[in-house]
Amino acid sequence: MTYQMTFRGAAVPAEPGQSVGAALVAAGILDWRTTRVGGRPRGMFCGIGVCFDCLITVDGVPNRRACLVPARDGMTLGDDAGDTVGREDGDAGHV
Amino acid sequence: MPDTYDVAVVGAGPAGLAAAVESAAAGLGVVLIDAAGQPGGQYWRHYDENHARPDDRRGHHGLRTFTRLRERLDVLIGAGRIRYLPGHQVWLITRGEGGEFTLRLTPTTSPATDGTDGLSRAETARALILCPGGYDRQLPVPGWDLPGVMAAGGAQALLKGHRTLAGRRAVVAGTGPFLLPVATGLARAGAGVAAVVEANGTLGWLRDPVGTMSVPGKGVEALQYAALMARHRVPYRRGTVIREILGEGRVEAVRIARVDRADGRLAGPEEEIAADLVALGWGFTPSLELPLMLGAQTRRDVDGSLVVVVDDLQRSTVGGVYVAGEATGVGGAALAVAEGRLSAVALAVALRRAPESSREAVTAVIRRLRGEIRRGRRFAAAMHRAYPVPVAWTRWLTGSTLVCRCEEVSYGDLVRACRDLGAQDARTLKMLARPGMGWCQGRVCGFATAEIAACLNRRETTAEDLRPLSTRSLAVPVTLGELAALADDAPGG
Repeated sequence: MTYQMTFRGAAVPAEPGQSVGAALVAAGILDWRTTRVGGRPRGMFCGIGVCFDCLITVDGVPNRRACLVPARDGMTLGDDAGDTVGREDGDAGHV
Repeated sequence: MPDTYDVAVVGAGPAGLAAAVESAAAGLGVVLIDAAGQPGGQYWRHYDENHARPDDRRGHHGLRTFTRLRERLDVLIGAGRIRYLPGHQVWLITRGEGGEFTLRLTPTTSPATDGTDGLSRAETARALILCPGGYDRQLPVPGWDLPGVMAAGGAQALLKGHRTLAGRRAVVAGTGPFLLPVATGLARAGAGVAAVVEANGTLGWLRDPVGTMSVPGKGVEALQYAALMARHRVPYRRGTVIREILGEGRVEAVRIARVDRADGRLAGPEEEIAADLVALGWGFTPSLELPLMLGAQTRRDVDGSLVVVVDDLQRSTVGGVYVAGEATGVGGAALAVAEGRLSAVALAVALRRAPESSREAVTAVIRRLRGEIRRGRRFAAAMHRAYPVPVAWTRWLTGSTLVCRCEEVSYGDLVRACRDLGAQDARTLKMLARPGMGWCQGRVCGFATAEIAACLNRRETTAEDLRPLSTRSLAVPVTLGELAALADDAPGG
């Protein structure tokens, strides 16, 4: 079966085994957040969990790496604020 | 399995798989920790095995080695001799008073999607074999943060790991033999490959014929790629680089220019090529978080990357810490497998698990592996010399070119920090201008920032420039909850 996810209200199909990021790219969606300072669009870059460019909100949980999170049926991707990456989410990052 | 393993192997790519399997075969209690959900690392990345298709492994090199290692791994896991923990990243390693190592793990896709709370767990081991691998090395270029620009390995990972074509018309650019499997992989999957833009010339191979011939199978591999490039009519543009990546909101084209063969200065007229995918790679950067965290000595390798110093038994300068694969110097999968094997055999001998009766056999194995590693290193060094990062690459940058993608630090910001604020080294530059201080902690811009710091101060890049951009207090970001939990389960706490 093909999974169905939604990205900011739009339907995004995914094959079982694909990552969230791969499914978005396959659907022609190349960016899903903006940077804090310049508001620049960001999507997949390293594709293997190193660069954190592809951070996305998945089912309400912010800052997940789209290239690593496996797609699941019914997932809700992105948030209403357009996933500007901030620091108020309680993630310690690097101390 | 005991509470304390004989060895924790970190990474299940070519080096880690070999290390884990050989360690267990020698009778050691092994825990194998890997960030990915299934073994193979970057080199043998393949689609989720729960949804496998027969053609998923098409175009894979050295697949027989992987299949063999994989079968042995499955048997040893089944026999309870290897504890395999996929989907976990090591974020901290500490050492107890008895010398044992405690590894703190966090789920790779934290918070976990499998219903667990996503909090970290800990494993302890008497020794470590670290096989963290590496990822594409990047040089910034104007427009490289446009959507549609990816690391070459990222475009390949989408293809091999997710059956996803990242674009319809690709330009693959940078330097090195790795650009060829990426380009031919994209072409075979149905993308048009408008060009492979190679900064160096292929004739570089001939500069070191002895090194190039030290691993004969590699020549055959190169010919196979050449044939594929021809079949798919992929133009191979030697001695050229991408000057600028163009587009409004996403990639639309690249502007390429010829460079001087000697030092990489721009030398020729520019030309525009339409593209919706740009895949960039300038060799590889080894992942050194864990060895550096433990205090292992590092050096600058032939290719300019920071690597771990190991002796001829894969021992780092920290007792009980062995390192194998790309972290000891970028050299490819076959070399990584040999290093993984040697580290396991050497560790078994050190822990006196190698039976007395087989001492001669063990000595012979060590001698054979050392020979294999020597030849592999010689070949890797020849490749590094044939495909160097051009000396004058920073001259391609403009003031507004983004160097650090996370903190949005431009080349102009770095120039000002050096010229006006007096930053003379990478560490000071990082403090003053914040490159490498964002989410990725310098993984992507670290090499470039170190080179820029050295260049602006008119000197050669050194290991001292690279180290502050490779050292991370935590190997991966974790939640405050995971940090707080450290206090709860500290020894005696």
